[in-house]
Amino acid sequence: MDPVVHVTKLVKRFRDVTAVDDISFAVQRGEFFGLLGPNGAGKSTTIRVLYGFSPPSAGTVRIFGLDIRTHWRTIKARIGVCHQENTLDPDLTVEENLWVFAGYFGLSRAVAKERASELLDFFALSHKRAAKVADLSGGMARRLILARALINRPELLILDEPTTGLDPQSRHLLWDKLQSLRADGITVLLTTHYMEEAARLCDRLLIIDHGKILVEGAPEALIARHAGAHVLEIGGPSPDLLAYVRTSGLSHDDLGDRLILYVPEGSPLTETLRTRFCMERCTWRRSTLEDVFLRLTGRELRE
Amino acid sequence: MTGGAVSWRFVKVWRRNLWTYRRIWKVSFLTPLLEPLFFVAAFGLGLSGFIGEVPYGGRHFDYPTFIAPGLVATAMMNNAFFETTYASFVRMYYQKTFDGMLATPLSLEEIMIGEIVWAATKSMAAACLMSGVLAVLGFVTPWSIVAIVPTAFLGGVAFGAVGLWITGLTPHIEMFNLPIFLVVTPMFLFSGTFFPVSTLPAWAGAAARAFPLYHLVELCRRMQIGAGEYPAWGSAAYLIGFAALFTICAVRAMKRRLIR
Repeated sequence: MDPVVHVTKLVKRFRDVTAVDDISFAVQRGEFFGLLGPNGAGKSTTIRVLYGFSPPSAGTVRIFGLDIRTHWRTIKARIGVCHQENTLDPDLTVEENLWVFAGYFGLSRAVAKERASELLDFFALSHKRAAKVADLSGGMARRLILARALINRPELLILDEPTTGLDPQSRHLLWDKLQSLRADGITVLLTTHYMEEAARLCDRLLIIDHGKILVEGAPEALIARHAGAHVLEIGGPSPDLLAYVRTSGLSHDDLGDRLILYVPEGSPLTETLRTRFCMERCTWRRSTLEDVFLRLTGRELRE
Repeated sequence: MTGGAVSWRFVKVWRRNLWTYRRIWKVSFLTPLLEPLFFVAAFGLGLSGFIGEVPYGGRHFDYPTFIAPGLVATAMMNNAFFETTYASFVRMYYQKTFDGMLATPLSLEEIMIGEIVWAATKSMAAACLMSGVLAVLGFVTPWSIVAIVPTAFLGGVAFGAVGLWITGLTPHIEMFNLPIFLVVTPMFLFSGTFFPVSTLPAWAGAAARAFPLYHLVELCRRMQIGAGEYPAWGSAAYLIGFAALFTICAVRAMKRRLIR
């Protein structure tokens, strides 16, 4: 069976800037797939090409086995898109937003009303059905955008930073809802800045920077490969420690006033590090996707 | 990518605008109802004593009768032009409505045509209401309330399209003042709305005949007071060509602006 998303050698140029530079990947049916990267890495540009908003400069994008250049209308009818910005209609009520959007997909009034009421229930918005969009909180507006993206029962859901700016409660609720969509076999492609979100939701992910793919894989595999099992952060490292680390061959980042060590599972050095060097100003924790991200994309500010 | 795709789906965009308009229609219907009353009162009672009869198209008309169709034509222009400039700009720039629509099976062409046809719908509604008031007052023939509809649609598409083209080019909402001050206002004053263009010097008359509003006013006078100074088929052909040209320009400008 064709992958749901199949991107081959995608290039997207704007005048003199190459935002996406020769990217290839595939997303299988039922997968939750993440696109990660710093600001300006090319995530949103890639996503905009995928849902048929901007034409690719080179390469091919096939969704459901169909070419996005020629079959955009068929493809768009089968996907749901959740934009980074709020594109809700402030002149309409919550449920009218869903009805009108259903109309763009050619759904009948009766089907639109039925699905809107189901989706409002699912996203805990039923009590706000007649409210104006302007009166919704940030979390509710996000849930409504997601509900709207599901009105056509999409096989592929594209989410561009779905939880940016939300409070932890709203974020967790949204994660739960996305997880429960898994059971329906939906395929999800998302971008995010939150590594916890990516680690929790994504089966596989890509980290991209400067328009190129840095790594691809399952979150746990990427963590094990690039950040070991444990991270040891030591403030004001002694020359003694630095010398030890260099000779031991441990992967590490020397930030000057801070040393970060990436310790693999079951490393024979664990005991020595713990007893000899982890005294004061020392934290010992599990490695996370954030460690991988920072190691690969660097720590300097992007904007 | 969204190219070459025009279907009936533009009706969905039109319906979205109708839906939101239902909230404010009571207020916006007041303008076409009251505006002719104000103008006719000011010009009819105030000015016509000084002016007397206006010679036009081989006949003579009292002044309020002469300007009544001009006011209807101006309302068609204003309703369409302000809809696809200020209102479309708000939808495009502030509300990101078009971005949302472009993630659905709608094409950019359909969205723009929906906007223009919606603008023309507002022109038709305003023209019918105004004509109704003017017919009751006895300035235009009653059947012209219906007969004006195709003219209002044509005028609405023409001015809606040119407005949307400007929206596609304008960097900021304040910038609409410029085309309004430089083009719309002079056109309103010099398109034969308040005096017959045939009384102008030849060069000024030629300039006035280049304005789309002149031809819309001509068509309205044919429909509403049964007289004209320019061949009606010529005016209709001009407006059809103008509408087609600027619909294409609007779609192109919007494509350049929105599709990145």
